[in-house]
Amino acid sequence: MTTEPILRIEDLYKSFGETQVLKGFSLTIQPQEVVVLVGPSGSGKSTLLRCINLLHPPTAGRVWLDAQEITAPGVDQDKVRQRIGMVFQDFNLFTHLTALGNVMIGLTKVRKMHKKEAHDLAMLELERVGLVDRADHYPAQLSGGQKQRVAIARALGMDPHIMLFDEPTSALDPELTGEVLEVMQQLAKEGMTMIVVSHEMGFARQVASRVVFMENGVVVEEGPPNQMFTQPKSERTRAFLRKITDLDDGGERQ
Amino acid sequence: MQDFLELLRNVVPSLLQGAVITLQIAGVSLLLGGAIGLPLGIGRVYGPPWLQRVLGAYITLFQGTPLLIQLFLVYYGLPDLGLTLGRLTAAYITLGLNSGAYQAEYLRGALQSVSEGQMTAARAIGMSKAQAIRSIILPQALRLVLPAWSNEAIAMLKNTAVVFAIAILDMMGQAKALASDYFAPIPIYMIVAVFYIVLVGVAYLLLRQVERRVQIPGLTSEAE
Repeated sequence: MTTEPILRIEDLYKSFGETQVLKGFSLTIQPQEVVVLVGPSGSGKSTLLRCINLLHPPTAGRVWLDAQEITAPGVDQDKVRQRIGMVFQDFNLFTHLTALGNVMIGLTKVRKMHKKEAHDLAMLELERVGLVDRADHYPAQLSGGQKQRVAIARALGMDPHIMLFDEPTSALDPELTGEVLEVMQQLAKEGMTMIVVSHEMGFARQVASRVVFMENGVVVEEGPPNQMFTQPKSERTRAFLRKITDLDDGGERQ
Repeated sequence: MQDFLELLRNVVPSLLQGAVITLQIAGVSLLLGGAIGLPLGIGRVYGPPWLQRVLGAYITLFQGTPLLIQLFLVYYGLPDLGLTLGRLTAAYITLGLNSGAYQAEYLRGALQSVSEGQMTAARAIGMSKAQAIRSIILPQALRLVLPAWSNEAIAMLKNTAVVFAIAILDMMGQAKALASDYFAPIPIYMIVAVFYIVLVGVAYLLLRQVERRVQIPGLTSEAE
């Protein structure tokens, strides 16, 4: 009945100096799940994502990816990061490379593919995000939505087992968020396992298999979107979700 | 006027010979300085704290003392330690070490102005730190450093003039010799000043071309 989880986070702590950001965070994610992570700013969402792919070394606690403990000493962290795709709020496209170059560079430098092979695969990834016609454009020549789609293609090129999205639409004008969310929805349909930090509640309702509400570095409550939105157990969850849902609707009405 | 043209005819061949030496010293020293400045600049930003401090001391030493003293110490001082250098070699080494300090500082500034997200994104797709520096950070930093590096190249063309003090016949050395041969220091220094301006002007135009060639499309107002 139970499948092997793709990601298991157990009792994760992270401090920056005196400031404790994660305080015993635990979460298990099954293959093909789409988990939308919500919480007030400063609750540790971004830090959590960066601890999962080891960009920030956790202070304590353990993380397993595909049954391998990636927080164990001696693990090749660069190899681990290849298997975890990450998409950032501010895109972080490599400014000196074209859209195609951004997708290719990981293929040639990290996956050690030949140029021709890397080129063809990169074009396929750009096709997945609908940007083949922008392959030769540099980041500065692309709109925010296009940049974010290139960033998704770049992450997909590494053939990740799981994708982390850190507020992927927060830096975008409202009319550009749609094209990014569509690509993400398509990915979910294709069976990609995803953790999405986002306050796009429409996306959460339609795509998420689970919504996790975190605050002060721990999980407050989690559940299927329906239950979380209509009958959350915790008063805190109810108050927070009502607030961001109101904002969301307000935005749509305009 | 007649006298001046006469003088000009007499001194130009020697000054041209000097110009070749000046260009040679400037070119070799810039390259040597680049070879020193590149690892130094990277070490200053990405090295462990102790290394950053050692490199900082090197840079302070060369930026904080007169070039002429550095040249004298290398040319006259090193033989006391059993290391005798030819004049040109001493010039290359002094100017190269000096330029290396400046180039390291310019590169440090450029590396630090590449946004942090670039490194994060590079690490996120599985690049090692060294790979990320090589493939992502450096190509951007080297473009950013070009204007400062152009200034360094131009400063170098003029700084080479100190080598006359160890009797090298660069443009300045030739000028000094000619000035006493012809008893006409003022016209000759004016002529050699024009030579320097021409060299600097040509270097400036060439470097502007390079800057334009490597610009990243879309990052400037003239694109699109």
